[in-house]
Amino acid sequence: MNATHNSAPLADGGNALTELPDSRGHFGPYGGKFVSETLMGPLAALDAAYQRHRIDPEFQAELDHDLTHYVGRPSPLYFAERWSRELGGAQIYLKREDLNHTGAHKINNTVGQALLARRMNKARVIAETGAGQHGVATATVAARFGMQCRVYMGASDIQRQSINVFRMKLLGAEVTPVYSGSKTLKDALNEALRDWVSNVDDTFYIIGTVAGPHPYPMMVRDFQAIIGRETRRQCLAQAGRLPDTIVACVGGGSNAMGIFYPFLTDANVELIGVEAAGDGIETGRHSAPLNAGAPGVLHGNRTYLMQDDDGQIIETHSVSAGLDYPGVGPEHAWLKDSGRARYVAITDTEALDAFRALTLTEGIMPALESSHALAYAAKLAPRMRPNQILVVNLSGRGDKDIPTVAARAGISL
Amino acid sequence: MTTSRIKQRFADLRQHDRKGLVTFITAGDPTPEITLAGMHALVRGGADIIELGVPFSDPMADGPIIQRASERALDGGMTLRKVLALVTAFRATDQTTPVVLMGYLNPIERMGYTEFSRQAAAVGVDGVLTVDLPPEEAASCHAEFERAGLDHIYLLAPTSDATRIRAVCERASGFVYYVSVKGVTGGKTFATDEVAAKIGEIRAATSLPVGVGFGVKSAATAAALAPLCDAVIVGSALVEIIEQNQGSIAATAQALEGFAAGLRSALDACHTA
Repeated sequence: MNATHNSAPLADGGNALTELPDSRGHFGPYGGKFVSETLMGPLAALDAAYQRHRIDPEFQAELDHDLTHYVGRPSPLYFAERWSRELGGAQIYLKREDLNHTGAHKINNTVGQALLARRMNKARVIAETGAGQHGVATATVAARFGMQCRVYMGASDIQRQSINVFRMKLLGAEVTPVYSGSKTLKDALNEALRDWVSNVDDTFYIIGTVAGPHPYPMMVRDFQAIIGRETRRQCLAQAGRLPDTIVACVGGGSNAMGIFYPFLTDANVELIGVEAAGDGIETGRHSAPLNAGAPGVLHGNRTYLMQDDDGQIIETHSVSAGLDYPGVGPEHAWLKDSGRARYVAITDTEALDAFRALTLTEGIMPALESSHALAYAAKLAPRMRPNQILVVNLSGRGDKDIPTVAARAGISL
Repeated sequence: MTTSRIKQRFADLRQHDRKGLVTFITAGDPTPEITLAGMHALVRGGADIIELGVPFSDPMADGPIIQRASERALDGGMTLRKVLALVTAFRATDQTTPVVLMGYLNPIERMGYTEFSRQAAAVGVDGVLTVDLPPEEAASCHAEFERAGLDHIYLLAPTSDATRIRAVCERASGFVYYVSVKGVTGGKTFATDEVAAKIGEIRAATSLPVGVGFGVKSAATAAALAPLCDAVIVGSALVEIIEQNQGSIAATAQALEGFAAGLRSALDACHTA
């Protein structure tokens, strides 16, 4: 087993912030299990299995092995020297989750859940996906473990992410378009829940973000916390101290939760989540529930939601399909209310500018999701001192977004 | 609070040795006028309890038929407040048939538990079933329902073990809604022996009436279930009738009444047989 990175237990303890959720999945008033009765039993079974395996050294060793040899961890913490100089302020480091197998942080979680599914003797896995990154990461582990795999994807997302759809099919997954509602990620999640409720006996639902009913927000966070544990160790080794600020994009919020969690008790490390402002918060066409939504219940948990006065979920907008979701993980809702993290928003245009800036100055093409975090870092860095450290979670690579970037520039490929 | 209409209705059914017919349609699908006419038609056809679906943008426990009904209702501008207005209109001519609102938690949470409970009771709603609110999360909501005199109807499922059955029955009032299949509304068909076994477990935990729904598509399936339970719940089959009649009030009402009458006579025949 590789002792250099992830030998820490999946859950850290010893502090009020890091001990959440409680046994029923609550982060303060958020989280919980808001599902129909049929799923309550299966969720309890999942929780019990996870609690048992997370402390099993054999499971841990298996996970560590796969993260090292299959995912390619640890991912580098890269000092973006030229971009830092150009912005003229803080030293910017990029946590290179884009270099993981399949090109994003999503695989950290799907490897973990697939190992759990195998231990629970489930032969079939299902997933929902927006941008397709989680779908690809699920199809990938399903191919490796020889599991049957079905991925639900909103019909509009299928159109704008055609490359990832084909990738999933190449990996042997069945991709099922969802035509109900807004035909995006939230509707794919509804459909995956319907599949799960109809096939609970043989099916494991691999949720891709830190949302959904308990234990998913906790479990996905634990599997993604490898990002923050590595960042912590790497920053100490490379810069001699912890970062001053960490910035990550937030759709459902799994990459952000993964990098934030191991720093929650470091009061001097500022944590900033970046939501998608779409056309601008003031236009109403955005995906920023923490900035402009209100608490409510959707997809099994209580959290901030984009909703109207009648409690109906409203359509969201972002140039980035992976951020185009009306809810957010309940732990983020709690971190917002408790003041431990703050949440800002970046427009489509700002994100696209950051995409170009990083590509041109560092030769790294970021995902449009991650470009939201980069865009906020570009605003923040000049206001920081040159001896300060700013870490940006570069959660995924941008190849999948090339058609979108070209289309926005009026270029046909 | 006087005896609830639901309790009264089940007492009457028991007295006459009859099985209950609970019918579900989505409020505002496709218009409030058609729903109102439909509610009265169902009562004429022999429905004992009217379940009124509160449309929600993300009906994760429903199959395609009720999903489409929700979308039609929301496209027509239906809201929870308008559902309550619809109940007011129904009560203008029917003060006896129990009305149960069935839906998802968020619209109720958005209005506020206290405000919703007060208004629902005032317009003549008798019970509420919130699909995505299991008893573990229900304490504050439940307290408000109870204070307003609303019955809180809970689901039990094939995956509910004895501990959960006890916990759910402890909180439930009005009746217990047994979901006959692992699935969404309007989907698979139940296995009678499995339903019978589970209802046995439920009966051991509560004296409340037990209704069975999900997968009841016809008079024949209703008749097969009737000997096992106190009431049969039919939804998707009725919603499909509304969809097929494409907005005609008279045709929809007539078809609903006819279908309900068929269910009614199947239930009655089955029992006396």
